[in-house]
Amino acid sequence: MSESYTLYNQTVMDHFLNPRNLGDLPEADGVGEVGAAACGDIMKISLRIEEGRIKDARFKTFGCGSAIASSSMATELIKGRTIEEAMHFSNQEVVQALGGLPPVKIHCSVLAEEALKAALEDYLKKHPELARKTPLQSAPAGA
Amino acid sequence: MRQVYLDHQAATPLLPEVFEAMRPYFTEAFGNPSSLHQHGLRARDAMNQARAQLARFIRAESPEEIFFVSDGQEAANLAVKGVAYANQRKGNHIVAAETEHPAVLNSIEFLEKQGFACTRVKVDREGFVKPGDVEAALTDQTILVAVHCANHDIGTVQPIAEIGAIAARRGVPLYVDAEAAAGWAPIDVQAMNASLLSFSPHKFYGPKGVGVLYRHKRARLVSILHGGVQEGGRRAGVENVPAIVGAGLAAEIAARELPARSAHTARLQQRLWQGLQAAVPFLKLNGPPPGPNRLPTNLSLSAEFIEGEGQLLLCDMNGIAVASGSSCVSKSLKISHVLAAIGLDHALAQGNLILSLGKDNTEEEIDYVVETFANKVVARLRSMSPMWDEFQRGLIDSAIAPRGSGRSSSAHASALSGKPA
Repeated sequence: MSESYTLYNQTVMDHFLNPRNLGDLPEADGVGEVGAAACGDIMKISLRIEEGRIKDARFKTFGCGSAIASSSMATELIKGRTIEEAMHFSNQEVVQALGGLPPVKIHCSVLAEEALKAALEDYLKKHPELARKTPLQSAPAGA
Repeated sequence: MRQVYLDHQAATPLLPEVFEAMRPYFTEAFGNPSSLHQHGLRARDAMNQARAQLARFIRAESPEEIFFVSDGQEAANLAVKGVAYANQRKGNHIVAAETEHPAVLNSIEFLEKQGFACTRVKVDREGFVKPGDVEAALTDQTILVAVHCANHDIGTVQPIAEIGAIAARRGVPLYVDAEAAAGWAPIDVQAMNASLLSFSPHKFYGPKGVGVLYRHKRARLVSILHGGVQEGGRRAGVENVPAIVGAGLAAEIAARELPARSAHTARLQQRLWQGLQAAVPFLKLNGPPPGPNRLPTNLSLSAEFIEGEGQLLLCDMNGIAVASGSSCVSKSLKISHVLAAIGLDHALAQGNLILSLGKDNTEEEIDYVVETFANKVVARLRSMSPMWDEFQRGLIDSAIAPRGSGRSSSAHASALSGKPA
């Protein structure tokens, strides 16, 4: 074949083939692992948090190309954000930054949002004094 | 980059000589086979020759028992609905294997909404239908038994002659979906006692856009597509003459080359499975082992702790074309109903990959696939997978080779998502 075609757009393919922030953080301050009821995918996000700000993020994903790309992009986007800002993180940001996902794959970006929020929740559980100041936003169902 | 095509169950390349045989029917011999002048008669003659070639291909008694439609799936629709409607005064009950192709199962589901009833016969863990289960499902209302010849997903070759003998004894027509088998396993409608049988030539180096339905002359069948009186009134619509010509020649060549083709793919199938088994830990073969009870072209595999679409994409990036029955590949986000029917663990079904061989694959290609799949696909995706890591740490267990520590991947996934496993 002379031409090459891709199932997803170039940005999604790039994040699938060259994932950013892949792995675990050995001394993570917060870890969230979530599963998708729809398809069975699993996503895990680890955060290092210093002075109320996300210093570093890592992910591991069991799932399709768009699930891997969504978690890679989500970890890129949230680095440097305050906990407060990260609480308001939406899957739509992932979709936009990836230049769009097929409709049937939007739930992959929702899973990334859920993994991030589960990691923040884990962090706040260990820091109840912060939890009072920043009530957790629940992820929109099936957005 | 090397290109290795291992998706022959989806499509095969058209044989050059078949293409050449089809060519005049696009341009100079363009006539409509229903026309009564020279142009029409020439097209009709070509179509009748193809009918004879296809009758010989499946050992039908007469070319008049061959009907042309647009595809194997249309043939399945016509067989199921056409037999059901034709016999609705006699009864309303259909017996079908639960691992039939969606073209069969969804046609039956459509009929169920109109008052027909269906008993779906279970299969065992390798996908086999037990003839006794088919017999037990028959009632005095049964008007159709539908069992495929070989499974499109996991390659299981069904004991179709035994099922056919039961159907014949009980006087119920048997419809055999031979889509996955035709061209790769000998088809004999008389030995099978098949009343109806269907397949598509694009599975054996013929063209797309044509499907073949065999109907025994005594089997009742009404049209589900209404209009002109093409195909003996069983299917309205101008016939796809070039594709029909191609179907006839492709079948004639397939019949001649079948022993060599299937021996070749069977050898490669063994080499591929043995190579992968040695190179990839925690890999499972779905369906029966390679041998007489499995199609010589198909391997359905499940690589544990990773998902199938990712495997497919990475294979494609390395020039290897394959398919998958993972939920992530399906538009409905459901795992293949065949993998569910054989009781495969959900996480393993999600890690499914389907490789189907063809006559032009080589040993060299197989060795490249083994090496690439082990090192560039599975190892890479496992390095990204939280489940692989959790397995290493003893938190979750393998479903393929359990160590007895940790919960199963599926139980783990269901605990995380809150959805029952």
